[in-house]
Amino acid sequence: MDMFMEILSGIFLLIGALLVLAGGIGLIRFPDFYTRMHATGVTDTLASTMIIIGMMLLNPGALVIMKLIIILLLILLTSPTAGHALAKAAFRSGLKPISNNKSQQESKSSKR
Amino acid sequence: MLIGHYNYWVVVALMMLGFYIIIAHGNLIKKMVGLTIFQTSVFIFYISVAKVDGGSAPILAEGISQYSNPLPHVLILTAIVVGIATTALGLAIIVRINEAYDSIEEEFIQQQDNLS
Amino acid sequence: MVGVVVAIIWMKDLIAVVMLLGIYGLLTASFFMAMDAVDVAFTEASVGAGISTLLLLVAIAKTKRKEHPSRHKPLLALLVVLVTGGLLIYGTYDMPIFGMADAPAHTHVAQRYIEDSYDEIGIPNIVTSVLSSYRGFDTFGEVVVIFTAGLGILGLLSTVNGTGTRKKLPTINDSIENQHIVLRIVGKILIPFILLFALYVQFHGEYGPGGGFQAGVIFGAGIILYAMLFGMDIARRVISQSLIQLIAAFGVLLYGAVGVVSFLNGGTFLDYNVLLENPVAGQHLGILLIELGVGMTVASVIIIIFFNFAGRKGPQQISDDLGA
Repeated sequence: MDMFMEILSGIFLLIGALLVLAGGIGLIRFPDFYTRMHATGVTDTLASTMIIIGMMLLNPGALVIMKLIIILLLILLTSPTAGHALAKAAFRSGLKPISNNKSQQESKSSKR
Repeated sequence: MLIGHYNYWVVVALMMLGFYIIIAHGNLIKKMVGLTIFQTSVFIFYISVAKVDGGSAPILAEGISQYSNPLPHVLILTAIVVGIATTALGLAIIVRINEAYDSIEEEFIQQQDNLS
Repeated sequence: MVGVVVAIIWMKDLIAVVMLLGIYGLLTASFFMAMDAVDVAFTEASVGAGISTLLLLVAIAKTKRKEHPSRHKPLLALLVVLVTGGLLIYGTYDMPIFGMADAPAHTHVAQRYIEDSYDEIGIPNIVTSVLSSYRGFDTFGEVVVIFTAGLGILGLLSTVNGTGTRKKLPTINDSIENQHIVLRIVGKILIPFILLFALYVQFHGEYGPGGGFQAGVIFGAGIILYAMLFGMDIARRVISQSLIQLIAAFGVLLYGAVGVVSFLNGGTFLDYNVLLENPVAGQHLGILLIELGVGMTVASVIIIIFFNFAGRKGPQQISDDLGA
């Protein structure tokens, strides 16, 4: 049973690490601000959740598990809000998301 | 022998980078940032001196015999908080300078002082 | 960390510099954790990555955003820096190797603190016992320094609110604009927990990492969050300026009063052994009271700093007022 819990927590931690890596690659490679927000949202929320669940499965004691649950709730509540606030601020400042509409393509090519 | 001193090298590197920002950049806010980096490098120096190999955090607990040195922790705790107090005061002075001279670049401020 | 600092030197956009400084503060805090300095890591994370980023952003909002490119190559500065760096590295050859247990820093007073702290004071967190009891006088000086910084900022930046503030302010329910509704609701849920966490850190500082400074910073940050979400007018009505200044002064007074009461009971200044019948209980009471004083002063000074920075009118508004 202990081995099984350790392997399971290792899997969760590994998934969390891979998601952080994916978020980092997405941050660099995505073309636009809003798509990059999506990548960091994945890192902030989902990867942190995976890592915290992996830590909880190591079974360190009831008090630590309670503290980890509270931290998890806090992260689940605040990081989507932070992403929303950033995207809203960008939208209100006039940053428009790129799109594949024909009118935008024509205006882009005419400007060049 | 030299490899054991690598923490001091990192500290000196950070300190010199902070020092460079302070003397080479004209923008006042960048100088404050450089000052913060300089202060932080000194904190890193003290805390790396406090570490004992194989010790744990200086909170008394059952079964732990070797603790890291708590005395530099106390000094740095004080230093960090005094650091933000002085940073805040410096930023207040920068805001007032901006209102008086309408610029926060050292060159423009000196020009206006030399002209008047 | 060196890479982050090099990027800070390179960037011209000041907001990017501030963000990089926040990352640098967080990396420093995790470095402190790796060095077993948990109290210091807590303070550096809350102060360096939280408050100092906030203060720099507010200062940038009141001044310029971009740095002017320099006109001359700073070769002399580079030379000075390299020479100084070389001399410093030469000076560190005699220093003890990283982590040695018998380095001079560890052998004199620190051993006595570690061994006798539980018998004389009775709290598990050695850093708090050294900070509040063995070196309590230094902490008193630190609290006075923070209070002086608050006074200085009041002197530099405070504006007198005219009698025009008697106009009827909209209540919170009227003024929820659609654009901030998500932030305001999440803020309303979270701010009580932030303040509660600050109180937890304050009173739990004897048993784990924490204490007055961290608690004061977190409390101040919670109030600043409230002010940012709901606007400065409403925040000024909820938390009046004179009350905050009174609390800041009261914190320092509390600290000094504990010292004077020790005088009156027959001991020396800030000697907690004479506060109560049992010396260890006297230590507990003394540490509790001064941490409370420290927390109150730090929280109120941070709130004072933010309110005065944010309430300051920008240069356009001042010229508008003068012209109108």
